[in-house]
Amino acid sequence: MGQFTLIPPSAATNAPAVDALYYFQSIVAVVMTAIIFLGILIFAAMYRKRSDDDKPPLIHGSIPLEITWSIIPFLVMLVMFFWGAKIYFDNGRAPANAMDVFIVGKQWMWKVQYPGGQREINELHVPVNVPVKLTLASEDVIHSFFLPAFRLKRDVVPGRYNTEWFIATKPGRYHIFCAEYCGTEHSGMVGWVTVMEPKEYENWLAGGGATGTMAEQGGRLFSQLGCSSCHLFTAGGRCPNLMNVFGNKQQMSDGSTVIADESYVRESILNPNAKIVYGYKPDIMPTFQGEVNEEQLLQLIAYIKSLSPHRAPAVPAAAGKSAPKVPKAPATGNAASVGSL
Amino acid sequence: MSTAIETPRSTETLNYLNTKYGWKSWLFTTDHKRIAILYLISISFFFLLGGIFAMLVRLELATPAGDLFNSDTYNKLFTMHGIVMIFFFLIPSIPATLGNFLIPMMIGAKDLAFPRINLLSWYIYIVAGLIAVGTMAYGGVDTGWTFYPPFSSTYSRTYVVAAAIAVFVSGFSSILTGLNFIVTIHKMRAPGMTFDRLPLFVWAHYATSLIQLLGTPVVAITIALLGLERIFHVGIFDPAIGGDPILFQHLFWFYSHPAVYIMILPGMGVINEIVACFSRKRPFGYPFIAGSSIGIAVLGFLVWGHHMFVTGQSMYASLVFSLLSMAVAVPSAIKVFNWTATMYKGSIRFETPMLYAFGFIGLFTIGGLTGLFLATLATNVHLTDTYFVVAHFHYVMVGGMVLGYLGGLHFWWPKITGRMYPEFWGKLSALIVFVGFNFTFFPQFLAGYAGMPRRYHAYAPEYQVFNVMSTAGASVLGIGFTLPLIYLIWSLFYGPKAPANPWGAKGLEWETSSPPPTYNFDTPPVMNEEAYNYSGDDTGVHVG
Repeated sequence: MGQFTLIPPSAATNAPAVDALYYFQSIVAVVMTAIIFLGILIFAAMYRKRSDDDKPPLIHGSIPLEITWSIIPFLVMLVMFFWGAKIYFDNGRAPANAMDVFIVGKQWMWKVQYPGGQREINELHVPVNVPVKLTLASEDVIHSFFLPAFRLKRDVVPGRYNTEWFIATKPGRYHIFCAEYCGTEHSGMVGWVTVMEPKEYENWLAGGGATGTMAEQGGRLFSQLGCSSCHLFTAGGRCPNLMNVFGNKQQMSDGSTVIADESYVRESILNPNAKIVYGYKPDIMPTFQGEVNEEQLLQLIAYIKSLSPHRAPAVPAAAGKSAPKVPKAPATGNAASVGSL
Repeated sequence: MSTAIETPRSTETLNYLNTKYGWKSWLFTTDHKRIAILYLISISFFFLLGGIFAMLVRLELATPAGDLFNSDTYNKLFTMHGIVMIFFFLIPSIPATLGNFLIPMMIGAKDLAFPRINLLSWYIYIVAGLIAVGTMAYGGVDTGWTFYPPFSSTYSRTYVVAAAIAVFVSGFSSILTGLNFIVTIHKMRAPGMTFDRLPLFVWAHYATSLIQLLGTPVVAITIALLGLERIFHVGIFDPAIGGDPILFQHLFWFYSHPAVYIMILPGMGVINEIVACFSRKRPFGYPFIAGSSIGIAVLGFLVWGHHMFVTGQSMYASLVFSLLSMAVAVPSAIKVFNWTATMYKGSIRFETPMLYAFGFIGLFTIGGLTGLFLATLATNVHLTDTYFVVAHFHYVMVGGMVLGYLGGLHFWWPKITGRMYPEFWGKLSALIVFVGFNFTFFPQFLAGYAGMPRRYHAYAPEYQVFNVMSTAGASVLGIGFTLPLIYLIWSLFYGPKAPANPWGAKGLEWETSSPPPTYNFDTPPVMNEEAYNYSGDDTGVHVG
C-alpha cells in the first residue's frame, strides 16, 4: 500500500503557514469535540434513569450561558478568519519581480510554456527560492491547478486568466493534480512540479530546445495573423500603436480608462469591440476567437508585453547572480525587427 | 397526560391504515399520513439505489488504479450517487415523510392545509424520479451533481438534459411541500398552540420550508438556463459563445448552499424531540433553538461564495463570504450546546432513538467544526475539491441527516405503523452505523489534507491506506443500514402492537392512538400547557 502521510510534503513558503493554521484549527476542533462528547457521556452517566417515576426539574434555559456559548466560539472563529484571510491576501498578488510561467489546461493535460520559449506537458520546472507566478488559462472546461505540496490551488477557468504564485523552498518532485472535475480522464490530468537548485534549473532551461522566446514566437504570430498591417509602430495606423501599451493606462472611447493587462489584451484579441481605444473606430479588427488557441494567445501577450520595455523584466531580481537564465525581457531588437515587417 | 384522552378501543379500531384497502385508496389518497408512507417507500428505494452507487464507488477506490470500471462509468457512478442522494433522498427525506406525517398532528390539525397539493407534490416527485431512473437506465450522466458548465453544457456526451429535467421537476415537489407546511403552520394550529409552544420539530420545518420556497426557484432557473445553452447554444455560461461559467456557480450555490440546510434542519428538529423525550426534560433554551433554526435559514442564503474561493472571484467578496460562513456556525453551535445542556439533571434513557441522537450530535459536531476549516480562506484553498470536503459534507449529511432520519423513524415508528420494532436489533444497528460511519469517513479528512482530490477514478498510491479503511468502513455501514430495513419490515407483521405513547413522550401526536385515525384526533385537541411539559404539573393536555 505504500507509505502514507498525514501532512503532505511542505515545499513552498505558503505550506508551513497553512499548516500552522491547520494545526490550530485541529486543536480547536478536538477540544470542542471533546467538550461535547464528554458533556454527553458525563450527563448520560450521572443522570441516567433511576426509576420510571423520575421527575426531572423544569429548567427553561440560561441567557448568560447562551451568550457565553455564542460569543466564545465566535471569537475563536474570528481568530481563524483573520489568520486565514492574512495568508489568502498574501497569496493574492504576485510580487512584481516574480518569474512568469504560463499554463494552459486542456482535457486532459497541462501545457506549460516558459517565457524563454521552452514548453512541456504535465511537467513544471521551477527554481528554488524564487517567486514564480503562474498564469492559468483553459482551452475547454474548468480545471483547477492544485499543488498540494505548496498548499495552493487555483481554478483554471475558460475565458479568463487566473494566477497563483509561490516561492518554492525545497528541491524535489511534487504532485500536480487537476482538482476541478473536468470529464473522462480528470484523474489522469496529473503531473509533477520539479523544484530545482538555480544552477540545475539554468542547465535544464538551456536544454529546453526552444525555438525562440515566447515573445519571439508571439512576434511571428503577430505578423502571420496580419496584425502588423494595422497595428503600425508609427502614427496613422487603423489600429492603435502597441508600443508601450502594456501595463499602462489606456483611454477608451467611452471615457473610461483601462490598465492594459493580460486580461485586457486577451479580450481585445478575442472580442475587439468590447473596449475601443479613444480615437479609433469599432468594427475594424475582426475577432480572433477560434483563430488562435490559448497558448498562442499567451505568446501574443508576451510579445505585446515585450513592447513595453520599461516594465519590470521577467527575470527575478531576487535570484541575483545565480539567476537562471530565464528569458531576458525580450529584446528591443525583436520589436524592431517586427516593426520592419 | 396521555391517559386523559385515551378512550377504550378494541384492537380493531379504525385507523388511517385500515379504513380503506386497495391500491386506489393509496394512490388517490389525500391523507397526509398515507402520503407520508408513499414518500417513505419511494425515498427508501432511492436511498437503496444511491447506496448501491456509493458501494460501487468505494469498491473501485479500494485500489489506486482505476481497475474495476472505466473512467466514464466511474464518473457516472459518483454523479448518479450525488443526484439520487441529494435530490431524491436527502431533500425530501425527513420533511416529506416524518414532517408530512407529524406536522399536522403536532399542531393539532387534521391534515395539511392543501391535502391535494400534498398528493400532487408526491406525483411530481415520482415523475422526476422516473425521469432520473430512466436517464440512468439509458446511459446516465457524468457531470457531477453540480452540473458545472461549460463541461455540462458543451463537452459532456451523456444525458445531461434529461438529468437536468429530473432535477428541475423535483424542485416543484420541494416548493409545494414547503408552501404547504408554511401555510399549515400559520393557519391550522389548534387553540392554544401558540408559536412559543410549537414543537421544535415544527420550528425546524418552518425554517426548512422558507428555504425550499425561496431557494428552489433559483436552481430551477439555473438548470433551465443550462438546458437552453446545451440545446440551443444560447451563450450564458460557456465563454466560447459569450457566457460566463462563474455566473453558473453563483446561481447554483445560491440555492445549493441553503439546500444543505434543507438537508440538515429537519434532522436537527428530530433530535430536539428525541433528546427532550429520552431526558424527560424541556429542551434547554427553547427560544434559542427555535431562533437558531430561523437564523440558519436566513444566514444560509448569504454564504454561497465560500464554494468559490479559488475560482478567481474578488478577494474582497471571498473575505465577506468567509466571515458570514463563520457566522452561520454560531446558530449551529447554539443547538449543539443546548442539546447537551438538555440532558443536565434529566432522567436519561438509552432506547434506540436516543442512541441515534447521540450519534447525530457527535457526528454533526465534527461535521460542523470541520466546516470551519473550509470557511477559513487559506485552508479552504488547500482543502477545497479534496476528500476533506467529501468527509465534511458526509459528516453533516449522513452523520447528521441520515442518523436524524433513522432516529426519527425509530422514534415515531410505533406511531406510524402501530407496531414496536425489536429493541435489541435497533440498538445494535445504531451502534454499527456509528462505528461504520466513522471508519468510512474519518480517513477521508486525512486523505483530503494529504492532497487527494475528489472525483478521482484513479489516485496516487500514498492515499491507498485511507481508501482501504474507507471502503472497509463502508461495508460495515452498509450492514448498519440494511439491518433496519429488515427488522422494521419484520415488525410490520410480527412486532408487538404499540400503545399510543410507548416512550412517555410529550406532544399532541402522542395523545392520539397508534396508528392514528384518519383525521388524527377523535376530538379536536386544545393545547393548554407549555410545550415539553415533562417535569409537569398534572395539568396535562386536555382534549375536547
